[in-house]
Amino acid sequence: MQKKVACSFPDEVLEHVFSFIQSDKDRNAVSMVCKSWYEIERWCRRKIFIGNCYAVSPRMVIRRFPKVRSIELKGKPHFADFNLVPDGWGGYVLPWIAEMAGAYPWLEEIRLKRMVVTDECLELIAKSFKNFKVLVLFSCEGFSTDGLAAIAASCMNLRELDLRDSDVDDLGGHWLSHFPETYTSLVSLNSSCLGSDEVSLSALERLVGRCTNLRTLRLNRAVPLDKIANILGRAPQLVDFGTGTYGADLQSDVFSSLAGAFSSCKELRSLSGFWDVVPAYLPAIYPVCSRLTSLNLSYVTIQSPDLVKLLRHCPSLQRLLVLDYIEDSGLEALSSSCKDLQELRVFPSDPFGEEPNVSLTEQGLVSVCLACPKLQSVLYFCRRMSNVALVTIAQNCPNLTRFRLCIIEPRTADFLTLEPLDVGFGAIVEHCKDLRRLSLSGLLTDRVFEYIGRYAKKLEMLSVAFAGESDLGLHHVLSGCESLRKLEIRDCPFGDKALLANASKLETMRSLWMSSCAVSFGACKLLGQKMPRLNVEVIDESGPPDSRPDSCPVDKLYIYRSVAGPRFDMPPFVWTMDEDSALQVHALHVAEYNRKPDWIGVGTYEESIQGLRAKMPFVLYLAELSNTSQCSSQPLLSGDTTLTPPRPLLRLPIETLESDDKTQRSKEGKYMIKMRYSMNPTICFEIRPISTRSFPGV
Amino acid sequence: MEKSYDDTNTEKSGLRLKDTELRLGLPGSESPEREEHDQNVLSLKSFVSGAKRGFSDALDGGGKWVFSGGSGGGSEGLFSPRRGGNNNGGNDLSGSDSGLGGPVLKDGVAPKPLVVQEKKSQVAAGNGNTAPASKAQVVGWPPIRSFRKNTMASHPPKNDNDDDNAEAKFGSGCLYVKVSMDGAPYLRKVDLKIYGGYKELSSALEKMFSCFTIGQCGSHGVSSRDVLSESRLIDLLHGSEYVLTYEDKDGDWMLVGDVPWEMFTNCCKRLRIMKSTEAIGLAPRAMEKCKTRT
Repeated sequence: MQKKVACSFPDEVLEHVFSFIQSDKDRNAVSMVCKSWYEIERWCRRKIFIGNCYAVSPRMVIRRFPKVRSIELKGKPHFADFNLVPDGWGGYVLPWIAEMAGAYPWLEEIRLKRMVVTDECLELIAKSFKNFKVLVLFSCEGFSTDGLAAIAASCMNLRELDLRDSDVDDLGGHWLSHFPETYTSLVSLNSSCLGSDEVSLSALERLVGRCTNLRTLRLNRAVPLDKIANILGRAPQLVDFGTGTYGADLQSDVFSSLAGAFSSCKELRSLSGFWDVVPAYLPAIYPVCSRLTSLNLSYVTIQSPDLVKLLRHCPSLQRLLVLDYIEDSGLEALSSSCKDLQELRVFPSDPFGEEPNVSLTEQGLVSVCLACPKLQSVLYFCRRMSNVALVTIAQNCPNLTRFRLCIIEPRTADFLTLEPLDVGFGAIVEHCKDLRRLSLSGLLTDRVFEYIGRYAKKLEMLSVAFAGESDLGLHHVLSGCESLRKLEIRDCPFGDKALLANASKLETMRSLWMSSCAVSFGACKLLGQKMPRLNVEVIDESGPPDSRPDSCPVDKLYIYRSVAGPRFDMPPFVWTMDEDSALQVHALHVAEYNRKPDWIGVGTYEESIQGLRAKMPFVLYLAELSNTSQCSSQPLLSGDTTLTPPRPLLRLPIETLESDDKTQRSKEGKYMIKMRYSMNPTICFEIRPISTRSFPGV
Repeated sequence: MEKSYDDTNTEKSGLRLKDTELRLGLPGSESPEREEHDQNVLSLKSFVSGAKRGFSDALDGGGKWVFSGGSGGGSEGLFSPRRGGNNNGGNDLSGSDSGLGGPVLKDGVAPKPLVVQEKKSQVAAGNGNTAPASKAQVVGWPPIRSFRKNTMASHPPKNDNDDDNAEAKFGSGCLYVKVSMDGAPYLRKVDLKIYGGYKELSSALEKMFSCFTIGQCGSHGVSSRDVLSESRLIDLLHGSEYVLTYEDKDGDWMLVGDVPWEMFTNCCKRLRIMKSTEAIGLAPRAMEKCKTRT
């Protein structure tokens, strides 16, 4: 009778109980209790977070969770933010949208980070999800305002449209007028990244006026200062406001209407934007400053005294982003005005200059840490640091959860003692027991990694650059940091040994990035062959890595765990080191889109995937593109080899192959096909002849 | 110290040729490889534990464990697939292997010189000159997001006390512009600041887009990239097939090469490698180019 307890509740009751469990971790735990709980849970999971879009395939997700309403996906590695990941690397969301269009007609929310989104994707979203509510595109690229227009025109229930930091092809502000006059549901709009000088102000004003639930509005630079009052006047209920340009010739009537508009915004808690600031206009925001909890002045290029004057009005500030113009003196003033500060980010105004242009040193950060006990999150760019400063910070801010220090010149030693900064960072990880994220800089030996491995037990993400002396450093981190999920390393002398010795650790992490290190191609191959649940990808733009000896170091290496196997959308400069890696060598690029295509008939994607694994011959269904820039075929389908009956592959054009190509193709086993998802709607194919060079004896 | 593998296992531990062998089969036939795989995973695990001990042995053995050479535990020959049975002879590390052995750099050479060191020597060399604008950039350092870089660069910070060095500080960093090529599947981004002039830009673009022009060569039955010689590439880009154009600040598409380089980098917003046939309306020069080459 005891055995039956778990099953004695009707499913609906359990489902109801589970509905109170929101966090992914808890949901995952619930699903592991027993088979029936697994079944019930998977049918009622509504929200999915996928930290690496290549860790799993859309088909797998849909199969397990059939009723998802909200999905979050991340694509490119973090170092893509700093141009370390070449264009075309991947991170295409189209396959996901295509699959979900059929499987999740009631999908409401899509949140993407560092993914390639095309106008075609946006149009598909607009068309497929009738109750679509939330679109967040964080640091994405590949789309234009035309795609946004499609969303605006179709998504009558849209609540949130957030494009923060995305690279959007801004064709002008007319997309805003695609929101119908009957549309009133907007709650949050962040278009601050749009770069065109044109914006449709009247459409914007009308939109803001009729959306009475609007809480967040972040404008782009094109919106002039003298229009702010009008916009704010229509939305006094705003909680989060981002200005456009905040500079103009000073006119008293503009100033007073601006100040009036701000003062009527009683709910305003967060301000941002402030491009091209004219200091004389800053006092217009004083009426709201006392209630502000978040202030983003990171594009405000005014001097410290003006900044301090403003900050003295903001005693409730919890979050501040600012340029290093604030200087040590300004941070000192901040520390006395803003006792509730939890997050501080100081960005460099002149990161590429040889000499410091402002008087911002480690002292500024120390003064804030001494006076603001609630400080949890720090991002600080400076030019000098000392161990004693870091120790002081560590001892006074034990609650730090995120600490990112960037000393601008690589390998800068402690300026007082000329020693490495090992001890300082060691103190950080020792005292800040809840530290989840850490970025290192300055002169660092293997010792700092010893400290990190020993103390940083809650550390989830570590960024390392120009540090360490030997593989021992990497070994300390991989063997010691129990909670490590993401590790990114550049320009460090880490080679094969630590990596191979800790190969199984890599399966417990989301991903590992290593660039300009000393990992050899041979080690990559070995890792890829021995670890089937890891995708080991070598990025090398100088040519196929197997054209050089195995002992040669690879340029960039990205390793991530995956249950989906190696991906098939890699560009020519990315090589996967899986067990079939010996087969992938050369590429014949065959796409030529404005020629009359030939039909080359054949198999299915599933068969071709089987073929890849079993080294069999195969081909593709191919079809004609209607013109060079629009793909008229079905959306891409991901490859799931278990599906029956096999589904046809996306159809694409292919250039006429020479007759001897065809005969070569008929020689079995000699060809392999890789698909590429492109940023443009056109998609190209490669047919790769298998070189016999990589595997002796064949 | 426990040895997970000895010499007799080197053959097995090497690259498993059978696994990568091409095999023929009809659709639906089984590909038998999984059992061997489990074995691999198991053996890796046991090796891993052995290796960890190897590390601590090295530590206990006194002296810091270093990348190349050094005293250490026994030779673990697993991760050197091409050594063909001889642990020490074929290994280029002097002395015994430490810890993992494996495919390390030949001749025990230190890891390749890092970019920053090269940069430093450039700076040192340049010190004698008059006011170098900025030092050579390390890609992606300091770690600042493109959005911030582009925002600050396009509207350089104004200082009330205007010095000479107040001018476009962020602009001296880098200037990424998108490059698209007709028929290529994705865009690239290039940093115009790293090129000295049109010639460097042109050759960099050729290299970057070479893989996309293979199809243009026509399929001569040989599909390998090796076939594409440099001269053929250059002919493609300088010949009648493509012209290099750019969009300037006013939104007009212009032919690259007409204005002085400095002016070009200041007003270029994006680049496009356009088919000559489409460049007809662009500028008479494009047509002239076609005529003179053919």
